[in-house]
Amino acid sequence: MVALTVNGQRHDVDAAPDTPLLWVLREYLKLTGTKFGCGIAACGACTVHIDGEAVRSCSMPLSLVAGKSITTIEGLSADGSHPLQKAWIAEQVPQCGYCQSGQIMQAATLLAGNKNPSRDDIIEHMDGNICRCGTYLKIISAIERAAREG
Amino acid sequence: MNQHSKIVNRRNFLKTTAGLSLALTIAPDALSFIDDAFADAPAAYTPNVWLTIAPDGIITMVAPAAEMGQGSFTSLPVIIAEELDADWSKVKPVFPTEWDDKKFGNPGYNYTFQTSASASVTGYFTSLRLAGAQARRVLLDAVAAKWAVPVGELATEPSVVVHKASGRRVGYGEIAAFASAPAELPKIAESDLKPTASFRLIGKDIARVDVPLKVKGAATYGMDVQVPGMVYAAVLQSPYAGGAPLTVDDSRARKVPGVTDIMKLPEGVGVIGTTVEGTQAAKNLLKVTWGDAPGAHLDSEQALEDFAAIGRDKTREGVAYENKGDAKAALAGAKRVLRGEYRTRYVYHAQMEPMNATAAVAADGQSAELWVGTQAATSLLNGVARILQTERSKITLHQQFLGGGFGRRGNHEAVYDAVRLSKAVGLPVKLIWTREDDVTFGKFRPATAHHIEAGFDDNGKLVAWHHRVVAESVLAYVSGDPKPRQDRIVMKGSPIPQYPIPNKLAEHVIENRGARLSPWRGVGNGHNAFAIESFVDDIAKDIGKDQLAFRLELSEGVPRMQHLLRTVATMSDWTRKRDGTALGVGTMVKDDTLAAGVAEVSLDRKTGKIKVLNFWAALDAGIAVQPRNLAAQTEGSIIYALGSVLREKITIKDGRVLQSNYSDYEVARMSDVPHIEIKVVSTDNHPTGGGEEGVPLVACAVGNAIATLTGVRLHELPFSPDRVRGALGA
Repeated sequence: MVALTVNGQRHDVDAAPDTPLLWVLREYLKLTGTKFGCGIAACGACTVHIDGEAVRSCSMPLSLVAGKSITTIEGLSADGSHPLQKAWIAEQVPQCGYCQSGQIMQAATLLAGNKNPSRDDIIEHMDGNICRCGTYLKIISAIERAAREG
Repeated sequence: MNQHSKIVNRRNFLKTTAGLSLALTIAPDALSFIDDAFADAPAAYTPNVWLTIAPDGIITMVAPAAEMGQGSFTSLPVIIAEELDADWSKVKPVFPTEWDDKKFGNPGYNYTFQTSASASVTGYFTSLRLAGAQARRVLLDAVAAKWAVPVGELATEPSVVVHKASGRRVGYGEIAAFASAPAELPKIAESDLKPTASFRLIGKDIARVDVPLKVKGAATYGMDVQVPGMVYAAVLQSPYAGGAPLTVDDSRARKVPGVTDIMKLPEGVGVIGTTVEGTQAAKNLLKVTWGDAPGAHLDSEQALEDFAAIGRDKTREGVAYENKGDAKAALAGAKRVLRGEYRTRYVYHAQMEPMNATAAVAADGQSAELWVGTQAATSLLNGVARILQTERSKITLHQQFLGGGFGRRGNHEAVYDAVRLSKAVGLPVKLIWTREDDVTFGKFRPATAHHIEAGFDDNGKLVAWHHRVVAESVLAYVSGDPKPRQDRIVMKGSPIPQYPIPNKLAEHVIENRGARLSPWRGVGNGHNAFAIESFVDDIAKDIGKDQLAFRLELSEGVPRMQHLLRTVATMSDWTRKRDGTALGVGTMVKDDTLAAGVAEVSLDRKTGKIKVLNFWAALDAGIAVQPRNLAAQTEGSIIYALGSVLREKITIKDGRVLQSNYSDYEVARMSDVPHIEIKVVSTDNHPTGGGEEGVPLVACAVGNAIATLTGVRLHELPFSPDRVRGALGA
């Protein structure tokens, strides 16, 4: 049993210590908003926050998150009202949508540390997150909007 | 989120609404598509099979196409709502729960469920308008009867029927509460439909209904499905098509905790277990030898060399896809002939959601439930029925959102394996491919070699065009029938109707080498536009004409294309001299949608790295049902193609795919993306596709810009830095 806190709730998980956090979240805790994309931290679809840092959950073994506080897309806001989520809707960012949880979680840590990021700041921070539908320019616009509107 | 069994819900539904005679009267099997949410609602009203109106005014509409990011889950109901005159805020789209081809299939695909080739809006447009208008008429008739007024005195405002003379108004929800079903549904003709000028929803930008779900992680994809009692599966597939497992050493795999079964499949070995991580780990420990098949010997670079040689060898005739006038005779009699050769390599869909499926086969093996996101429900249901040797009606499909399709999710090998495994173990099975599985067992856009000849008459006019495409046949692979025939997947884009050259021959010399193939976003237009539009630029250069002006000349008689060319010329400020950058132009026509684009590029000559700085595109897809979404699709498809132009390629050696993940199959990232400006030109033509029309513009426009910048033509995709350096002689 490994104890971890996800979205403010404590869970005891009966999984092998080397189980990727991604599968713990998705298949054990049924928090399927966090997506499986590549399994090697190359696409960012599985991005969550661990103690406030954006982390690729597919490459994070359960043993290393024991006792840590994890936030997933389901816990970013109670009702989808985080400024990034509102901006994502206003800019109509998602197409297939599969990468967007990871995009939003990645973007959230940018705005947490930089209230007014430049376009270059955004690109540098977001370049590890792939969107195959090609919504990158909409993502940039949405982050700029969220920074502006808060 | 647990997915409840539809069979159970349907039973409840029938019980709670047994008195709902009117729905039964109208359409005996209409019940099954009514969303679960309405199971307990009183007296929901079903004017026709496409929609149900609840007394609270909520209108549930069937959105029959797959939703893979292209927006059909919104745009198809918008079409119904337009003619129904519905209040859009009350509309709730649902996927079909009844997969009756004749009822909900795409008329453009001969009434089958097929979401591909950007054909949903174009295929469904008229029939959905008629359905919406018919439902509106049913409501009007019901009100006319109730108020005892001539139906001609009634009008509608959004979700309200109005009788002007008496000032009475009644909402659609209220009508649903009192209306009874007509004995026969009214007949609606196209002449009864709204004039396009009075559209209230079509042509306006409606917010996509799936977006709020997708920003909360609440949209359910196949990957997210969990059903009670399910086990997990991983499958090691044959590295090449047609390889059956011969020997299986699973001694190490069986020791992985949670692994319960390992079994042979027709072209793979399946691992069943209690966890995802366990089944994936066990799959990687399998040692399997595979039977021989043609694909086992494929070397993709050698094949491409062969294709190029065959392209030059005109004794090898192909299957004509476009044949106007007499191109061969016109070339023989031409004053001058120019030739061009181009090559493209295998490319992979790289959709973000790896292939997966959840299947539950009943104990008798005669029925099954499927939870999957599919682009081709008809084909899937027929395929599963064949595997189980049962009736298609015994297969229930729960359509999910698709985490990218791009043509890949019209293929169902993961579903078929999940069905076989579920049948074998007697439990629901969730089969998940890893990204490595998704790449190495991918199905690709075929590699192509192009040989094009253009003939000029005495006046220097382009009068003959002969385009030879040497490639495998996607149709032959997908259908399993190797007989040579027209393959629109490979050959789309080759007829170039935007250039009405009098003598035109486009032929496909089919060279099947056993690769796994699939339609890929933009299909043949992608590789064909690269070859054609590169060559058109080379011709312009040879005869000393401006590339864009030459295209305006060539497209004489095709005013829609000329308008787009002038549009992108303005957008890009085409004639302005640039310092250190250059512009390139390209066009495409795909299934009656026209597009033109201009790229601005720079180049680091030392590294060979191309930077695309700007991209301007103009699109004419007839009536733009959702203009902002069309622009987003065009922008997205430009970015999708950008990776394939700059870097992406699949290399196959001894039948094995050498790439394995996003680390070595490098799609476009945010830092690759240029500024993009899209102009959607809405014209009063029947709406046509817009989900992939940016793809064909990119390779040619970028290559043409590089040719202008450097004087060097890039004849092969991708324009990877090493190839660019080689071409520059650096």
